[in-house]
Amino acid sequence: MGLEALFDPAFAGSLPRFITPILLAALGGAICERAGVFNIALEGFILVGAFAAVCGAFFFGSALMGATAAIFAGVLMGLLFAEFHLRRPGDPIVVSIALNLLAAGLTTYLLRTIFGVAGAFRDPAIVGFDGVRLPLIEDVPLVGPVLSGQSPLFYLAIAIAVGLHLFFLRHRLGLRIRAAGENPAALTAGGVSPERVRLYALVACGALCGLAGAQLSIANVNLFVENMSAGRGWIAVVAVLLTRGRPLPLLAIVCLFGFVDSLSFRVQGLGWPQQFTDMMPYVATLVVLVVLSWWRMRRNA
Amino acid sequence: MSGVPDRLSPMRELTPWIWVLAWILGILFVLMLIAGASFGGALEGFLNGAFGGRRYAYLMTTLSRSALIIGMALSVMLSFRAGLFNIGGEGQLVIGGFTAALVGIAMPGPPLLVTAAGIAAGMAAGALWAMLAGVLYLYVGVPLLVGSLLLNYPARYITSYLVGHPFRDVQSGLPQTHLIDNASWLPFFPGTRLDIGILFIIATAVIAIVYTSMTVHGYRTRMTGYSMPFAQASGLPVRWLALQTLAMSGAIAGLVGAIAVFGIHYRYADGMLVQPLYAWTGIVAVLLVQMVPWAVPLSGFFFAALQTGAAGMERTAGVPKELAITMQAVIILFVASRFSNLTFEGTRTETEGGDGT
Repeated sequence: MGLEALFDPAFAGSLPRFITPILLAALGGAICERAGVFNIALEGFILVGAFAAVCGAFFFGSALMGATAAIFAGVLMGLLFAEFHLRRPGDPIVVSIALNLLAAGLTTYLLRTIFGVAGAFRDPAIVGFDGVRLPLIEDVPLVGPVLSGQSPLFYLAIAIAVGLHLFFLRHRLGLRIRAAGENPAALTAGGVSPERVRLYALVACGALCGLAGAQLSIANVNLFVENMSAGRGWIAVVAVLLTRGRPLPLLAIVCLFGFVDSLSFRVQGLGWPQQFTDMMPYVATLVVLVVLSWWRMRRNA
Repeated sequence: MSGVPDRLSPMRELTPWIWVLAWILGILFVLMLIAGASFGGALEGFLNGAFGGRRYAYLMTTLSRSALIIGMALSVMLSFRAGLFNIGGEGQLVIGGFTAALVGIAMPGPPLLVTAAGIAAGMAAGALWAMLAGVLYLYVGVPLLVGSLLLNYPARYITSYLVGHPFRDVQSGLPQTHLIDNASWLPFFPGTRLDIGILFIIATAVIAIVYTSMTVHGYRTRMTGYSMPFAQASGLPVRWLALQTLAMSGAIAGLVGAIAVFGIHYRYADGMLVQPLYAWTGIVAVLLVQMVPWAVPLSGFFFAALQTGAAGMERTAGVPKELAITMQAVIILFVASRFSNLTFEGTRTETEGGDGT
């Protein structure tokens, strides 16, 4: 198999579709991580967002309404997390496990009751996002197909990644979020409640994960499938853990994971068994995790 | 928030539980309204589906499902109590079940020996898969929570490939192995449709309860769970203890897989251990009773009844059975918020520690 068979413009153009959902979710996870909330319910947040996006796009006939519904649903999940973890003393991991289950059960349940189908819901009335064409850039070779013609959520995700870096660095709330994670006592002494800051972080995380779900269900495709988050939330969690919630390294590592994800999709066409290609993103994540953990352990030893 | 007074009057102790129950029933009611079912019909379908049926067939289903869930719960309990957050039970279960099926199909010899070898092989395979996560955690520094979880995916996909290609029963048209010779199946209890696999789980439960609460070894692993530095300072071989615990945990998951193969399905079919969420239900069952060993079987039975009851509700009242998963999650949310001692504190410091910035 020649390399040029893999890295043609169509492949380059598909990259952002794989990167965007993981990136959006991971950015949400990063905000939580920096605020000191150990949120591993990203998988459930994404799933609920994907379902809400399809509902919004179906009932209102607009992709924008789909994305809005996804944000609302994601925020609702964030508020649930806050209710059971911040306001009541629920352990974040227990709450996360429960919310992931809740998302899996509830989306399937509602899929059956609202749309009367099991497995997958597709309908011409679901209006998804169109690609945004950038006039001059699309003619540039190599980069053109990557940067042009993507869903608006891709551009948003990149902008948020860079913006979040500056936000943590410069903005007052960004500093407070970092303080809530690193030194909540200092924040309390400064007259700000860490709990409140964490609530904001969870709301932001919910919104971002909701958008990640919207990218999956109404930008990459125009349908909802049971459990369509399919482990992407966990990959985002790993990306957050590896980078400790720093946006720019996060962007880099998510691009790597997204690359492997799209590569796996590609080599499927070359006759590899589907199970091996499906497995690639997880194995890649595990390998990166092993290498970085080992390196960190040696450095600390 | 955790400042609970020493003495509470029974009424004040009960009040929060009444609220929790009211919330859960309220959510259940709203979900049923969406599905357009009558409460009475749904309740009847639920009770019949969980405990009724002709010659108690559904009760037998509940019992055999609860055997698998309790098994997964015991597996999780052993590692959780040692502070090892092994949430890779699904992978260990799948690998164990698949290995047991292969041995059951391929091994010649007297039927009883085949069954025994299949179960032993399943346990060994589950133990090895759990120890892989353990080695990555203890010697490489990969957080166990994440490492064990990520290992679920290779387990799922590798077995899916093997059962779909090299070991597929081509004539059946589905990705599944050949049937195991029926002489090697686990027998039913006389006059029922319940296989004796549940006896293995009862034995495991007794051993696990005695082990965690009465043996020195169990005490040592528990101590490691409370405080690894303290255990280490006391001269305990903490890494070796952790590996042993994970191996036991994985072996129980493998046993559950083997029981499902030899007692229920008589073959390995793709997804048969993943889709019913046995592993996640086991985790939830342990969390519900806050890792108290003797209560784990009760909680496992409760969730099995919830699931088979929901299936009955779907048959008679048309309420989708996914309601059960949703209710499981809601119950855990409310219970977790009532008990501040239900924590994974150890893992959190593990994953957050020492930020380089």
